[in-house]
Amino acid sequence: MTALLRTEGVHKSFGGVQALDECTVQIDEGTVAGLIGPNGSGKTTLFNVITGYAKADAGEVYLSGRKITNRAPDKVFALGIGRTFQLTRIFPSLTVMENMLVPCRGTRAADRKRAMEQLEFVGIAGYHAAQAGSLSYGQRKLLELAYVLVADPAIVLLDEPAGGVNLSLVNQIADRIRELNKAGKTFLIVEHNMEFVMGLCDQVTVLDSGTVVAAGPPDIVRTDRRVLDAYLGEDIGDDADPREGT
Amino acid sequence: MTSETNRARLVAGARWSALVILAAAALLFPLVFSNPVITNYGVFALIFATAASAWNVFSGFSGYISLGQAVFFGSGAYAVGIAARDWNISGVAIFGLLPLAALVGAAIAVPFGLVALRVRRHTFIVVTIAVFFIFQLMAFNFSFTGGSSGLPAPFLNWQAATYNNPFYYIALACTAGIVAVSWLIRRATFGLHLRAIRDDEDRARGLGVRAMRVKLAAFTLSAAVTGLIGGVWFLYLTQVEPQTGFDPLFDLSIVLMAFLGGLGTIAGPVLGALIIEPGQLYLTIRFTSGYYGEILLGAIFLAVVLFMPRGIIPTGGEWIRRLTTRGRSALPATAPQAAGGVPRGPEEPKRPDAEAAPNEAPAREAKR
Repeated sequence: MTALLRTEGVHKSFGGVQALDECTVQIDEGTVAGLIGPNGSGKTTLFNVITGYAKADAGEVYLSGRKITNRAPDKVFALGIGRTFQLTRIFPSLTVMENMLVPCRGTRAADRKRAMEQLEFVGIAGYHAAQAGSLSYGQRKLLELAYVLVADPAIVLLDEPAGGVNLSLVNQIADRIRELNKAGKTFLIVEHNMEFVMGLCDQVTVLDSGTVVAAGPPDIVRTDRRVLDAYLGEDIGDDADPREGT
Repeated sequence: MTSETNRARLVAGARWSALVILAAAALLFPLVFSNPVITNYGVFALIFATAASAWNVFSGFSGYISLGQAVFFGSGAYAVGIAARDWNISGVAIFGLLPLAALVGAAIAVPFGLVALRVRRHTFIVVTIAVFFIFQLMAFNFSFTGGSSGLPAPFLNWQAATYNNPFYYIALACTAGIVAVSWLIRRATFGLHLRAIRDDEDRARGLGVRAMRVKLAAFTLSAAVTGLIGGVWFLYLTQVEPQTGFDPLFDLSIVLMAFLGGLGTIAGPVLGALIIEPGQLYLTIRFTSGYYGEILLGAIFLAVVLFMPRGIIPTGGEWIRRLTTRGRSALPATAPQAAGGVPRGPEEPKRPDAEAAPNEAPAREAKR
């Protein structure tokens, strides 16, 4: 498999806090990759550096071999990286359909058709004329996913897609990700819900204090001693399960 | 479904009918009320309706509240005055200088915007006020602006009884033009991007919106129209001085007009101008030695903030919607509940600052 997205030795600090330290991650094309780690381990910061919301102090970010380090968010999006946020960020005063049209660049009729298809895909097409601010949290999550997908980015970065939503919606989101992945879409997911990550991802990367401590298939990563240490602290028993700590 | 379609057709028909009646009334106004005192109210109301709508195209749609529009208004006025004086233009030919007023407004807006639009919210407001005072001071101190005595406009040898009428129709054309442009922008991707910026600029950028470009284009367009109407105002008053061309009350007035009518709406700023400007003018003419016009502005401002923060158009629209949908479901006709879609989940959790990524916090702080 070829690397679609790669970060090499990325450093990022906020004042005296080292959020990312020599962070190297590789996401292969056509995979669903997970990025996990305890709170404050640098997951969202890495997302911000990749998508241009934060500037890397050092290191590089590559998309399909092309250097995209420290590009502005609109340019990163145009190059093919779409993302969602940990706490949903929609445009509340716009209608659901208008939200969908924000990232579109085609003709209005074609864009509307594609937007409606995406809304149907995530199951909120009936709300297309409603004001986005009136949607519930779960619906907002789906809207955010839909308007990132409508522009058909090469890779989608999802920041806690299962956070704060009910179980049936978590399953629905997982199903949609699987369907899209089958069609060739690449995902990088930050998530604290271990069941969600382990059941969905082909590869998992674990961050601790801004550094990659483990990377590999879920079954290998979940038993990695360094991962258990990162989640539960040092000197733990061999039979500890990372799910208990999250 | 049929009743919904019929209702939509009825509403559209009523809107078009109202628009035609309004247009006819506006066109016939100086013919019906031929008294120059009355047409004077019309000219000023339309000048301010144009300025408020132009302000709304940028500030209303994007959420960037500019208090520096008088920079373009005064510059447009001075551009016409300086050009007429230096190029010896007189008679009706001076109306040919109005495009120059728009051009000067736009030319000033580009460097002004490139600096001011790098910051947001309160900081942006402060920068626009600072630039405004720089321009007022320049008008006072440069010799080519005529210093504190300002500039006179060439005399128009027109009959006093109908003197106001050409200005009325020019101002009406400007108002109609900016309203049409506002309507087109609101329907276009450009307007959608401006409104997305108003809601969450950083998010919009992350979806490919070239925020700086979009904001600068709207700012420049708004400045061009404000400069143009500044030129009309100068020719109508036949005089511009630093304190009248670059008047802080001008900014407050147009902002209040837009807020009263409805910020970010098409008709709101026009409605606000048609209410406030004649009232303010009446008080100024009636009580020449007092500040009743300013007191009226302050009183309206308080009333709007307290009782109608969204403005007349959105609040009125909400009341009408409530009346017409009384007893009916507020949910869309094809709500997913009925279609087996996504049930409404819990409401969005609050965004506690403690949970925010360290680099997200400053951006949101700036937005506030």
